[in-house]
Amino acid sequence: MSETAPRLRARKLDMKTGRVDLSHGSGGRASSQLVADLFRDAFANEFLDQGNDQATFPVPTGGRMVMTTDGHVVTPLFFPGGDIGSLAVHGTVNDVVVGGAKPLHLSASFIIEEGFPLADLKRIADSMGRAAREAGVTIVTGDTKVVERGKADGVFISTAAIGVCWEGVEVSGDRARPGDKVILSGSIGDHGVAIMSSRENLEFETAILSDSAALHGLVEAMIGAGAPHLKLMRDPTRGGLAATLNEVAHQSKVGIRIEEDAVPVKPEVQAACEFLGLDPLNVANEGKLVAVVAAEGAEAILAAMRAHPLGREAAIIGEVIEDDQYFVQMTTSFGGGRIVDWLSGEQLPRIC
Amino acid sequence: MKYVDEYRDGKLARAIADTIAREADPGKTYRFMEFCGGHTHAISRYGLEDLLPKNVRMIHGPGCPVCVLPIGRIDEAIELAKRPEVTLLTYADLMRVPGSKGTSLIKAKAAGSDIRMIYSTLDAVRIAEENPDRQVVFFAIGFETTTPPTAMAVKLAAKKGLENFSIFCNHVLTPSAIRAILEAPKTGKLPPVAIQGFIGPAHVSVVIGSKPYLPFVEEFGQRIVVSGFEPLDVMQSILMLVRQLNEGRAEVETQYIRAVTPEGNVQAQRLCDEVFDLRDTFEWRGLGSIERSALKLRDEWAKFDAEKRFAVKRIEASDNPACECGTILIGAKQPADCKLFGTVCTPETPMGSCMVSSEGACAAHWTYGRFRDKARREEAGRKAS
Amino acid sequence: MCLAIPALVSELLPDDMAKVSLDGVMKTISTAMVEDVAPGDYVIVHVGYALAKIDAEEAEKTLALLAEAGALSAGAAE
Repeated sequence: MSETAPRLRARKLDMKTGRVDLSHGSGGRASSQLVADLFRDAFANEFLDQGNDQATFPVPTGGRMVMTTDGHVVTPLFFPGGDIGSLAVHGTVNDVVVGGAKPLHLSASFIIEEGFPLADLKRIADSMGRAAREAGVTIVTGDTKVVERGKADGVFISTAAIGVCWEGVEVSGDRARPGDKVILSGSIGDHGVAIMSSRENLEFETAILSDSAALHGLVEAMIGAGAPHLKLMRDPTRGGLAATLNEVAHQSKVGIRIEEDAVPVKPEVQAACEFLGLDPLNVANEGKLVAVVAAEGAEAILAAMRAHPLGREAAIIGEVIEDDQYFVQMTTSFGGGRIVDWLSGEQLPRIC
Repeated sequence: MKYVDEYRDGKLARAIADTIAREADPGKTYRFMEFCGGHTHAISRYGLEDLLPKNVRMIHGPGCPVCVLPIGRIDEAIELAKRPEVTLLTYADLMRVPGSKGTSLIKAKAAGSDIRMIYSTLDAVRIAEENPDRQVVFFAIGFETTTPPTAMAVKLAAKKGLENFSIFCNHVLTPSAIRAILEAPKTGKLPPVAIQGFIGPAHVSVVIGSKPYLPFVEEFGQRIVVSGFEPLDVMQSILMLVRQLNEGRAEVETQYIRAVTPEGNVQAQRLCDEVFDLRDTFEWRGLGSIERSALKLRDEWAKFDAEKRFAVKRIEASDNPACECGTILIGAKQPADCKLFGTVCTPETPMGSCMVSSEGACAAHWTYGRFRDKARREEAGRKAS
Repeated sequence: MCLAIPALVSELLPDDMAKVSLDGVMKTISTAMVEDVAPGDYVIVHVGYALAKIDAEEAEKTLALLAEAGALSAGAAE
C-alpha cells in the first residue's frame, strides 16, 4: 500500500454513487485515499494503521509455519450466503487450517475494474473485515490495482495467508493408509448450487445459501479430540468431494470406498442438481472439510465435530482400502458399485 | 422429490434383482439393449449391472444424440461461430465435443467466438430479441424429446417477427436408429448383434408414444419395454423383458405408464410436423448413413434455417481408424475392447463418439465402471489358462 | 438423452408459462405443449418445457407392481 500522509484530500470518497477509476490504482493521492478510507477502515488493525508497504511481526519460536495463496474470481460477486470478500477470507483461512496450522495473517490484493461502484467495493471490504475478525485473523497487507473497463469481472481478489502449525499435528495428503476412516464435516453441494442457481435463473422457496465459512474452530475441536490420529484434511472446493477424494487416493497411493447413503446432501441441493443435470459429488463447497483419520480415533473426532456448529452433520462416509489403481469407489444406495471420478473439465449442466 | 425418490428405493431394487435372478432361466443368456443414453447413464450411475444375474446382460445402444453427431457438424458449427456477426447458442452437452484437428466449441469460445450455453430454447429466442444486431444461431440436437422445444422456438421467433434468429438443425429419430441396428444382419453395414429385447427410451416415448415400436415386433419379432428413467423403472423393465422371453412373447409393453401412452403427445408431434420435414439421408457417427432418419426445417420456414441463411459448407470428417465406436454403439463390442479406451481416448481427450458425452457407453464405463476392467481381464486370463 | 424431471405445478402464468417446483426449487417453464395444466398437477420438464402430465393413478399402479416384484423374492426366500 502507498505511503501514508495525514489524510489530505480534496473531498471524501463518494461511497454511495462513486466509482473506481484508473486514478485509484495509480499510486497517487486517489489510491492512498481509497486504501485509507475504504480498506483500512474495513480491516481495522495496527499493521495497516502503520501505513507501510509491508507488515512486520515477530517470528514464532520453534515449530513450523504454513503459507498458502488463493485467487478469487467468483461470479456473481454477491451470492446467497456470501460474497467474493468473505469467500476469499474463508477459503484462505481454510487452506491454512486443513494444513494443520493456526492461521495468523492474511494479505489481500485487489484488481478492480474501472467503473466498479465504490459502494460494492466497500461492501466487499467490510465483509472481509468481518470474516477476518470472526476467524481470528488480521489482513495485514495488500495491494490495489485498477484495470480498464472490461479487463476484470468487477473485481478479482488474490489472498495469501500464514499460520503456525499446531503441536502434535502431522497432516499430509500422502498419509492415508488402508483401514483409515474418511470423515466429511457436512452436506455437500451447497456453495456450487447457490452460485449456479443465481446464474441459471433457479429460484428457491427456502434459499440455498453458500456454506462459505471459516473452519478454524472445527479443526481445533478435531485436534483436541485426536491429533495423533489425524492423517490429513482437505477442503473440497472446486471439483467437489470427488476431486478431493481422488487427489488423496493418488497422493497416498491407496483406494477409497465410500457409501452413497452416508454422504449428506440437502434435499433442495439434490433437487437443484436434478434440474441442472449435475452430480453433487462434483459441486464446490466452501465450508466443509474431509478428514482421513486412523480408525481408533474416528469416533472421538466425529463426536467433537458434531458438537461444533459447523460439524453438526459430520459423518464417517467411508474408508481407505488397498487399490493399486487408486480408484475412489462408491457403494450406491442400491448396493451396486461405481467409481467416483474426477470431473472432466469444467462442470457443465447437461440435458442428456 | 415426489415421483423420483419412490423409484430410487435401493432395498426394493435389490429385491427386484433377486426376482430377476430367480426368474431368469440359468440355461439361457438374456441380452437386452437399452437404446437411450439416459438409461445407459442411469444403469452405470446406480451400479445396476452389479445387481443383475450374470446371464442377464445390458448392451448400450446409440441413443445419445451428442455421440451420434458427426464430427463434421461440429466443424460446421465452429465455422458459423467464427463469423463476427454470429452468436452461437448451444446446450452445454456440446461444448467439449471435439471437432476435427482438436477443435471444440469451448476452445473456439476461448479463441474469441461468441458461443454461449443455454438451458432452454426459450433463452435462445430471448437472446435473439435482446440482441437485434447479432445473428443468433441455435445449435439444435436431440432425439424426439428435444425436437418440440426447437419447433416451439422457431414458431415463437416467427410470431415475434425476429429476423436475426436461425436453427442449425441436427435432430434425429429413434425408430430409424433402432431399425438400422435390427437391419444390420441384412444390410451388412453393421455387424449383427444378438439382442433379444430393447429397453425403450423414456421421454422420447412420452412424445412419440409407444405405437412407433410396433413394427419392430411385427417385422423382427423383437420385444420392447418402454421404461422410465429411475433405477426401479429400469429394474422392472428388465424383469418384464425376462418374462417376455421366458413366456415366448414378443410385444411392446410400457413400464413408464405414468407418463407414456400409445399415442404420445399428439400436440407436440403436430408441432414438429408443422415445422420439420424428413431429410433423405443423414450421416450418423458410428452408424454410417441412414435414410429418413433426421429432420430439417420445412421450406416455408427456410428463413430460420441456418444452413440456408449462411450457405454452410459441408465438412466431412472421419473418426480415428482405430476407434471402435461403430461396433460399440450397436453393442457388438464393449468399451474395454477398444484399443484406444483409457489410453489415447479418455473423457478429456475423446477420440470417438462414445466418449464425448457423459452417457456414451465408453464415457459411462470410464466414469462409473472401469474399476472392474482389471478384475475382468484377470478373470479372463485365469479362464484361458 | 432426455434428462427430464417431474415437477409440481405451483402457479400458472400468462402466455402458456407456469412456475414449477421440485422440492422447493422453482423454475419458470413453458406449458405450451400440454393441455389443461393446473396447479397441483405434476409435469415432466425437459429443457424448460413441460412434455406431459404425470398420471397419478398409473404412478400408483407402477409402485404397486414394483412392490409386488420385490415381494416375490421375499416370498420365495421363505
